[in-house]
Amino acid sequence: MVMPGGDWRFAMPGSVRSMKNRHLYLLAAALSAVGISLFLYKTIALDFPLLPEVRAHVWNIGVHLTFEADNKPVKVSMHIPRNSNRFAIVDENFISRGYGVNVATEEGQRKAVWSIRRATGLQNIYYRATVLRVDRDIAIKKPPQAEAAKPVLAGVQLEASNSILSEVREKSADTGSLVAGLLKRLNAPQPGDDVVLLLGKKKSARKKVEIAVQLLALAGIHAHAVHGVRLEEQRRAAQFRHWLEVFENDKWIAYDPDTGAREIPDDTLTWWRGMADMVEAVNVQRLQISVSVLRSEQAALELAVEKGIIKKPFLLEFSLFSLPVQTQSVYRVALLVPIGVLFLVILRNVIGIRTFGTFMPVLIALSFRETQLLWGVFLFIVLVGTGLLIRLYLERLKLLVVPRLAAILIVVIGLMAFLSVLTHKLGLERGLSVALFPMVIITMTIERMSIVWDELGAFETLKQGAGSIIAAVIAYLIMSISYAEHLVFVFPELLLLLLAATLLLGRYSGYRLLELRRFKALTEKRNDV
Amino acid sequence: MFRIKKQLSEIGVLGLNRRNAEYTLQYNQRRLYPLVDDKLQTKKLALKAGIAVPELYGVVEAEHQVRQVAGVLKSYPDFVIKPSRGSGGEGILVIAGRSKDLYRGVDGVLLDAEEVGYHICNIISGMYSLGGQPDKALIEYRVQFDPLFGAISYQGVPDIRVIVFLGVPVMSMARLPTRMSGGKANLHQGAIGAGIDIATGTTLTAVWRNKIVAEHPDTGNPVTGVRISNWDTLLHIAARCYELTGLGYIGVDLVLDKDKGPLILELNARPGLSIQIANRAGLLPRLKKVEQHHTVLQRIDDRVFFSKEQFSA
Repeated sequence: MVMPGGDWRFAMPGSVRSMKNRHLYLLAAALSAVGISLFLYKTIALDFPLLPEVRAHVWNIGVHLTFEADNKPVKVSMHIPRNSNRFAIVDENFISRGYGVNVATEEGQRKAVWSIRRATGLQNIYYRATVLRVDRDIAIKKPPQAEAAKPVLAGVQLEASNSILSEVREKSADTGSLVAGLLKRLNAPQPGDDVVLLLGKKKSARKKVEIAVQLLALAGIHAHAVHGVRLEEQRRAAQFRHWLEVFENDKWIAYDPDTGAREIPDDTLTWWRGMADMVEAVNVQRLQISVSVLRSEQAALELAVEKGIIKKPFLLEFSLFSLPVQTQSVYRVALLVPIGVLFLVILRNVIGIRTFGTFMPVLIALSFRETQLLWGVFLFIVLVGTGLLIRLYLERLKLLVVPRLAAILIVVIGLMAFLSVLTHKLGLERGLSVALFPMVIITMTIERMSIVWDELGAFETLKQGAGSIIAAVIAYLIMSISYAEHLVFVFPELLLLLLAATLLLGRYSGYRLLELRRFKALTEKRNDV
Repeated sequence: MFRIKKQLSEIGVLGLNRRNAEYTLQYNQRRLYPLVDDKLQTKKLALKAGIAVPELYGVVEAEHQVRQVAGVLKSYPDFVIKPSRGSGGEGILVIAGRSKDLYRGVDGVLLDAEEVGYHICNIISGMYSLGGQPDKALIEYRVQFDPLFGAISYQGVPDIRVIVFLGVPVMSMARLPTRMSGGKANLHQGAIGAGIDIATGTTLTAVWRNKIVAEHPDTGNPVTGVRISNWDTLLHIAARCYELTGLGYIGVDLVLDKDKGPLILELNARPGLSIQIANRAGLLPRLKKVEQHHTVLQRIDDRVFFSKEQFSA
């Protein structure tokens, strides 16, 4: 007697089998529990949206600096916005060829500094930021001393200032009315000699703010100039607005220097504070600054994540949203595959449909996403049908398997190119998407089909072929539910549930639906008796 | 639909999922599969154990050997070419005789040496093997089947499939090729499946394309009540295949040669389920019975006795 491997008794007692099952159930339960609790945590605690439709606004801000350099070291430093209680900066880009870029924060101001050892000719520097409306509370930064430092003024300037200040002060009760009176005085049609002396002929908002800050400092009140842009619909060339911020009653209050109003529109993005210029540059000629504001729509879920970036919960640091946008779009599709695969498991193991290639229908379904369903099915049938005819012809040439497969692959690619050109000429642009079919998979399908054709006949081939197409169509329909796409992408932990379901199906030992038909003859005997 | 499901469960019909999950996966160790998936290995194993198999004329392992085939085959008027790792009877070429330089297939079609060589090349490059792995082509003795079967098969090789579970033959059927099956013995290709009473070796009802038939559709001879000669020997050989391979759940395919008696054609680690239709009985009750008693069924004689006693029709 031959006994391979010595011991040939592999009978497994029933208890071992049930233990295996218990292990599986525990694993599936654990996976589901983790998946569901993560899912609930994200929806309830982190407010991840369950629906994909909600959209919100973000603004893309761009600054374009052009200047000429003259073969000297160039240094350009520009104020850039920072997170405020109204807006959060979710993304920033600094684009400049050959320049070193440095972002520094000094006294609460953010600055980007570009520098290069040598530059000649026209230079371009771009700054881009994506800004999101947040509205949240940020601790107010109090000025260090109770009273503002007195500005250094002398002569007529000091006298004019003192005269305006005492005049205004007389008609005011508190800081608020003082500022209001001051701005009214500065904006008066006949402001008087004192004001003209300080403001000059051109009464720009910026100048008014500067003078107001100076006067308030003289009165010991903390104030500063603020510069920003309004985020409106679309602005190719956005204008900077300047306003006054005064510290009163432990709060910074904004004043519009032209109207004296105690607030500024809340869609104004604060860019920088203080009297410094926005851009300071060394060895630069003909500097031009253009600022643009673009509004774009973004899905609410990304918004939630971007809010999350500000909150910085640990979970989000490792979410799919931390990936570059292009990679994200890859995963948007890739994460649908598990859904299709689970469905295919059900189709094959519970229903009992036979398909060519285990996962071929899922891959075909993915290309249906690009071609759209009817076109996809049509192109697939044309492609596989023609390929099959050519394969049956190649059969006569008696080729070896690998060269024959290669030949079919070449034919398939040729066919795809031909179909693209043909449909393009006919004005059927959808036909171009035939290029997205997985060609190697199609080649294998054709080869497999022709073997089944040879061995089991045309009927069986068509049956399995139809099974594959039906599976692909259903997989496509399931994977194209936008809700499903949203759910798996925002809540990838749901994959754990899919995994648990797949594992459980792996131990499904009941009849397949089509087996009921197959074995039906067996039940009939009983009925006869 | 649920009614059918309930009835099938009552009969104890084994479904594909259950066969895989509870029988082949549990009782058939993966590492032992090559012993049965590769017919060459099965043949060597059987010869070593002294079990008769169709004589091997030659093995073609590489394409350059194809040219030598004609020389080797000169002395044999008929032979069979099959892939060593084929499945489901695919890729088997039966040469029944010669006509001058040409080979004659069972269906009378003449093939030249080049066509036979092409077939061998296809086999070697893995066209018929599981997973497309490179394969070997076996050239072996063409079984001169017992006249008993001559009357009830059309071309091809009628064979006897025995399901052996833990060394106990549990169910058996004869597979009779028809014109429709093109000489192949696969039920879904149109062969007749006739259940066999394990106790006596007599064919029971026969099923053709899911319908009960009394006669062979091509020869008109009755297919039920045919008594298979050497039945005991056949059961013993089948039962021994458990020790031979170590696989708990197998299908043993045997042929009855008119001179050499029962020969093992091949073993199958994932035997099909149609045998239940041919026997009009479910496998599950029999498998469960074996699971209960197999610890005391050590000797082959005991197992065959147990089988004949328990599973008679």
